[in-house]
Amino acid sequence: MTTLSARIRFVVGALALLFVLALAPAGHAQQPTSVNPTASAVKEDQLLREMNRVQGRVSLPDTKSGVIEQPAGRDWRQFHQVTLRWIGIISVVGMVGALLAFYLTRGMVRIQGGRSGRIIVRFNAFERFVHWMTATCFIILAISGLNITFGKELLLPILGPGAFTGWSQALKYLHNYLSFPFTIGVVLIFLMWIGGNLPNQADKEWLKRGGGIIGDDHPPAGRFNAGQKLIYWIVVIGGAAVAITGYLLMFPFYGTGVSGMQLAQIIHGVVALLFVAAMLGHIYIGTIGMEGAFEAMGEGTVDVNWAKQHHSLWLQEQMAQGGAKPSQPRGTTPAATPAE
Amino acid sequence: MARMKFLCDADRCIECNACVTACKNEHEVPWGINRRRVVTINDGKPGERSVSMACMHCTDAPCAAVCPTNAFYTTADAVVLHSKDICIGCGYCFYACPFGAPQYPRVGNFGSRGKMDKCTFCAGGPETDNTAGEYDKYGSNRLAEGKLPLCAEMCSTKSLLVGDGEIIAQIYKERVTKRGYGSGAWGWQTAYRETIAS
Repeated sequence: MTTLSARIRFVVGALALLFVLALAPAGHAQQPTSVNPTASAVKEDQLLREMNRVQGRVSLPDTKSGVIEQPAGRDWRQFHQVTLRWIGIISVVGMVGALLAFYLTRGMVRIQGGRSGRIIVRFNAFERFVHWMTATCFIILAISGLNITFGKELLLPILGPGAFTGWSQALKYLHNYLSFPFTIGVVLIFLMWIGGNLPNQADKEWLKRGGGIIGDDHPPAGRFNAGQKLIYWIVVIGGAAVAITGYLLMFPFYGTGVSGMQLAQIIHGVVALLFVAAMLGHIYIGTIGMEGAFEAMGEGTVDVNWAKQHHSLWLQEQMAQGGAKPSQPRGTTPAATPAE
Repeated sequence: MARMKFLCDADRCIECNACVTACKNEHEVPWGINRRRVVTINDGKPGERSVSMACMHCTDAPCAAVCPTNAFYTTADAVVLHSKDICIGCGYCFYACPFGAPQYPRVGNFGSRGKMDKCTFCAGGPETDNTAGEYDKYGSNRLAEGKLPLCAEMCSTKSLLVGDGEIIAQIYKERVTKRGYGSGAWGWQTAYRETIAS
């Protein structure tokens, strides 16, 4: 029995060996002749084509360093070095040029019939405080912002590297810190003047007559005319846009990645430059552009004839409430104005 | 003069992070900053590759172009360096950099950015070579001592190559020919507008 089973085992074993040997060449033929370990390897150009970045896992605690390539930085560079500068030159220099040309042709808009000698309160102390807080912050923010974009070309050759760095460093801190009172100012402006700045029927008429910018026309207007309403909404919407994007840049990687910050900087730069241009127009009309306008925000009161000319509907309203009072020598008793 | 470049042969990198550690130790890099890091792409999947990446010392460097204070300069070896005395920590070079190289120590309130720090190609900064002042700001200056960057010198698999661009490209080409494959010189197209045919 033992020999029989041993023979059977031998025969079965030999057959199995033959079978394996017979199959072996076929099995070998199914394997590739050489192994290519890169057949499924990730390819840089493919990753860049698919998502324009290369990222992976990094063992450092700083997980955002897992992005090793983001060629989108080049587009941002192009924007920052070329597009943004042209937007700045056209909007800011263009606005200064346009205002200069306008001033030379039109000159200061005078109060028709001269001053009446009667004044009326236009902005109370709190309104003026908010306005000047926001305005002061805005001017410093604008200068520091323009310095970051244009300082290298305009100031660096004059100041030299050391002094320019000190100046830019100080402005960077001012830009960061003054953003807080500026943002508070924009919020207060929004809340404080929203009542007078909602569009109404009078704006249509005002806009149709071009706001009296050309000629001696003075379309009726309430407390704020359509032009001032436009400035209000530029401040509110533009201010909100620069504040939000600015804080995204100031607090890197809170809610954004590199591409988010590039986009935030693009919005911040463009909105800020247009904002500066709009404010140049606002400053012009509030100072040399119009007689009697600055005192509205300076001392808080305006001449009744000025109000009649520029804000007839508002004056009627105020007169009905008995708001106008005889003039006093300006600056002597500002505390005596009713709203204070 | 040589045109200095980095080249990471991703088919050789074993993600040991020795380059990261060597760099951090050599230059006593500030807390929270790594001038070099190793990133694994498609981690755990077939065909994963690890790439060691730092500043690539780009041709026509974007960081230098956007810097508002012109803090950057390029050495005769085409190494892109910067002056921490001129840097104001605005963050613009970080937005422009394709490789995420510039980093900022958090020094002020609100996480305000300090002076930018990045890979110096072990070539220090504008200070006099191998002085204490230079070491404090930029780390050691191995190039001035006639040595190459430590990350590549340390590399156990010689995955990270450093030196004259033409020579390291030649070494890489020979490797690719010999072994029959290569996943390319990562970042070269972006940094130098050229690639090594493989």
